[in-house]
Amino acid sequence: MIRTKLSEAFISLAQSNINYSLGLNTQLTKETLCQRTGELCVMRAYFERQQYLIDYALAALLRRKARNLGLLLVYTLLVFLFASVLLLSQGLRREAAILLQDAPEMIVQRLVAGRHDVLPAVELETLRRIRGVGEVRGRLWGYYYDPVTKANYTVMAAPERNLSNDRMLIGIALSRVRQVGVGDVLSLRAADGTPALFRIAGVLESTSELLSADLVLVSAAAFRTLFQMPPDQYTDATLTVRNPREASLIAQKISLALPASRPLLRTEILRTYHAVFDWREGITFLCLAPLLLAFLVLAWDKAAGLSPEEKREIGILKAIGWETGDILRMKLWESALLSLTAFLIGYLLAWWQVFYAGGRLFTPVLKGWSVLYPDFRLTPAVGLAQILVLLAVTTLPYMVATLIPGWRAAITDPDAAMRG
Amino acid sequence: MIELHTVSKIFNQGLPNECRALREVSVRLERGGITVFKGPSGSGKTTLLALVGCLARPTSGRITLNGRLLSNLPERFLTDIRRHTFGFVFQQFNLIRGLTVLDNVMLPAYPLGRSHPELKSAACELLERFGLGGKALNRVEWLSGGEAQRVALARALINDPAVVIADEPTANLDSALSREVLALLGDLATQGRTVLISSHDPLIIEATLVNRVIELHDGQILGAALAVA
Repeated sequence: MIRTKLSEAFISLAQSNINYSLGLNTQLTKETLCQRTGELCVMRAYFERQQYLIDYALAALLRRKARNLGLLLVYTLLVFLFASVLLLSQGLRREAAILLQDAPEMIVQRLVAGRHDVLPAVELETLRRIRGVGEVRGRLWGYYYDPVTKANYTVMAAPERNLSNDRMLIGIALSRVRQVGVGDVLSLRAADGTPALFRIAGVLESTSELLSADLVLVSAAAFRTLFQMPPDQYTDATLTVRNPREASLIAQKISLALPASRPLLRTEILRTYHAVFDWREGITFLCLAPLLLAFLVLAWDKAAGLSPEEKREIGILKAIGWETGDILRMKLWESALLSLTAFLIGYLLAWWQVFYAGGRLFTPVLKGWSVLYPDFRLTPAVGLAQILVLLAVTTLPYMVATLIPGWRAAITDPDAAMRG
Repeated sequence: MIELHTVSKIFNQGLPNECRALREVSVRLERGGITVFKGPSGSGKTTLLALVGCLARPTSGRITLNGRLLSNLPERFLTDIRRHTFGFVFQQFNLIRGLTVLDNVMLPAYPLGRSHPELKSAACELLERFGLGGKALNRVEWLSGGEAQRVALARALINDPAVVIADEPTANLDSALSREVLALLGDLATQGRTVLISSHDPLIIEATLVNRVIELHDGQILGAALAVA
């Protein structure tokens, strides 16, 4: 049987501990030394025993290659699917949090009977007068439906870009779907029905694609022409607060000063994102639940029913001196080796799929419902709690499913087990 | 010394297919030498050896080893005794397929946690002794019947047991191979081990190496009520 490198390392570590312990303390009496040596020998024997059991478990897995390979494939697929959903949604949540770090601390919208309405410019002055409020800026933005691509774009005025009235910057997803680039002309239909022609001055960088995929940036004047927005009105306003800890207090003051307004804090927006991703994650898991059940049935069938050959093998092992505990430990190693290998391969594949292959498998469900999907790479991140939960859900049931029949066969008299 | 006092073994007790394999058997087996249990198929030879070797528990009666009662010991202690006192050679060899000859020989010592180089060297030594040194890395399914039986014998000896139990060791072998196996068992007895064999092979029963023969029929020992061997 091949002595595994892992178990070899295990033994050499134990050996080095023995040598270290014996050599370090030169003041040890002979008796203490003997006692210590005895304890360490017991420890060494324990590690040797585990190594033999791992070797045997590995050989047992290889002896039933076809069955275990099939199980490994299904198992890996299951871990891959669940890990993909978890990693993608966690990555999106993290990405949203990173992007919102640069977002304004507060957005103030105007509501008319619960419906979003434009914000009169005079209300910006009211906001500036509230104590604790820093900079206040009116924003111009709106959704534009493009019948050509059947997609919504987010059109926004960007005074800081100093764009002339016939120039625009577009997001990379829009550039892809309309097959246009820098220097090309894009025609949008203005609110009065006339075509508005814009020359593309640039394409927004892909690093910010989560927010900019469907974005169109134009000058404020061009925006007002396109949407027929009067010069004394804004879509909403952004503001900074001098003391971020007082943000909710200032939001209350704004609600009192402008009863028709709705202040939105950055933390609330982040919470909403989390809720949306949680909901979508839950729906995806619900869809994957039948797969998990199917796997559990398969695992139970494959693992729980020991073949007569396996029962006989357990009988032989017991007859030649293995005790029930040895059989159980061997079975535990066998199932752990299979399930942990599947977990490792499945998780690494999911990692690659999500962070390096664009997570295409679950993009339609988890990224959004738009026609223009942002194409971006998530920052790789590991959540220990997430790994532990996935590990528990996928490996524990299998390990239990293999242990029970192993235990049943192991408690039978060896003679009876060998006779079958 | 192994003693059996009015030992009975019933399989499937209370069921329609109940089978009385042994009926109140009492026998005393002294240390050393070769003892053969003879009798036709179904006479209870294998069951008797399984009970002696702690592979099964009697339905009733007592079994003692050097005065220590075995029949009511918990499984863990029974395994410990089986591991250190008995070595088994089974009729069907019972080697683990898919493993090498060397691995099969080393298997009984795995739970003891002996160091690998030491264990491997002991196993290789045994294989050399039985003329199988060159086949150590072969898979057991490639072996002939005689070779498999010798591997089973090497495996039985890896933990250096005081008692070797061989159940029909020549059942699947031709006369030449049977003589070879018998000679090996004789060597073990010469070394001071107790060898217990079940067989209905005349070649074994009539061999001069054999010290005692106990006959069984229908789960009972023929002759004296308490056989002393």
